[in-house]
Amino acid sequence: MSNKVIENLYYTKSEEWLKVEDGIGTIGITDYAQDQLGDIVYLEKIEKGKKLKQDETFTTIESVKAVSDVKTPATGEIIEANVKVIEDASIINKDPYGEGWIAKIKIENKDELKNLMSAQEYSEYRKE
Amino acid sequence: MKEQEPLLTPLHEEHLKLKARMIPFDGFDMPVQYTGIIEEHFAIREGVGIFDVSHMGEIELRGKDALTFADYLVTNSVTKMKDGDIKYSPLCYPHGGQVDDLFVYKIKDDFVLLVVNASPNYSVKDYDWIIKNKGNFEVEISNKSRDYGEVAVQGPDAVKLLEPLVKGEISLKELKRFKFIFGELFGKKILISRTGYTGEDGFEIYSFKSEDIIDIWQGILKEGKKFGLKPCGLGARDTTRFEVCYWLYGNDIDKTVNPIESGQGWTVKFDKGNFIGKDALIKIKEGGISRKLVGLYIPQGGIPRTKMEVRKDQKKIGYITSGNYCPSLKKVYAMAILDLPYTEKGIKVDIAIRNREVEAEVVETPFLPPFNKR
Repeated sequence: MSNKVIENLYYTKSEEWLKVEDGIGTIGITDYAQDQLGDIVYLEKIEKGKKLKQDETFTTIESVKAVSDVKTPATGEIIEANVKVIEDASIINKDPYGEGWIAKIKIENKDELKNLMSAQEYSEYRKE
Repeated sequence: MKEQEPLLTPLHEEHLKLKARMIPFDGFDMPVQYTGIIEEHFAIREGVGIFDVSHMGEIELRGKDALTFADYLVTNSVTKMKDGDIKYSPLCYPHGGQVDDLFVYKIKDDFVLLVVNASPNYSVKDYDWIIKNKGNFEVEISNKSRDYGEVAVQGPDAVKLLEPLVKGEISLKELKRFKFIFGELFGKKILISRTGYTGEDGFEIYSFKSEDIIDIWQGILKEGKKFGLKPCGLGARDTTRFEVCYWLYGNDIDKTVNPIESGQGWTVKFDKGNFIGKDALIKIKEGGISRKLVGLYIPQGGIPRTKMEVRKDQKKIGYITSGNYCPSLKKVYAMAILDLPYTEKGIKVDIAIRNREVEAEVVETPFLPPFNKR
């Protein structure tokens, strides 16, 4: 089973990660999530400019065997979608924390980030 | 109601050793994948793979009327089969819907083996149905699903791998499609048939003692290394069968679907003697069907899954029976049962995938021709 955790990212219980730089958040799914899904073959188109509330579903990932919603870890506006991953969703399996990022969001409320887990908290949550 | 403990095949420990991901399937705890569905899919299409199919059911018919009784149970004609022949057939209810689809193995005039789908409690649904319809036939019916072990070795390299290993009446190279022989493999007595559910060349190997299949599995894994053999799970079993549009009982066909509308009409022989479902199927054939199983191509927008609604101008016209990404074609297809006016090739329909409507087009089946028709 694959279950890598990367430092300095925020994590959600629904298995997304968020990297925050200069008020911009990059969103992806965890290594555990990609491993559980298996071969990922489809990422639903993502609407740029869409305003989302923390925890709101903004796209769907499909693997050969399963479907999973992707939720935003923070409130804000989608400013970019990873077009490479929409073309070839298997990149998420290969590099979930790097090339396999899904979307970027302009974070509206930094206070919300305290609702998310740190790498250490997430590791412990995964062990439970 | 208390949930039943899942049944385990004799190879369960082997799957755990290989760190397979296990899922409940038809009452069994089965491997869905070992390393990855797509990787396993290509092992079968381009090399060779092995599946544990010990969950399948085996029902033996023995006695003077074994063959005529089998002929009464199934829609295909089996009385003229030669020893060592295999035929595919639906097993129908009197109304024409299907109890199951199965393979008839003619061992000899007074001994027929029916290989049926897995269902809870060792395919007891098929067994009970067969017992119920025994009537005055002189036949002994035994459910041997617990005793037989079974693996499927599938892929273009299957014959190269198995031919030197199997001791039988003839070489596996000489064994034709839909034929079987008895033989020996790693010192165990087996029945081996040139059949499969993947659209590739390959074999299905039955042991008569369930535990014998463990040595066979381990032996094939070891000998298969030089061919790059991979253990394959239910995930790859589904993607390979789906590309060539082999029906999956419980998805594409069931008790509500008759063999005429599903495209299994070639297996219904009206010119033979009486069989269960004959009157209903004659009426259906003469009156014409009102819906049909077709293939759909989905250019973009997601993967249709079983039971999703198919619409035309917002009106329901049918439902998806199976849908998936096809690794060999790198495209998304589905099978669907649609009202007859919408079953012509080229017709555009919509599939309700969660909260969206996704466009699809009726296309020819199979999506990928089986190996001998490519």
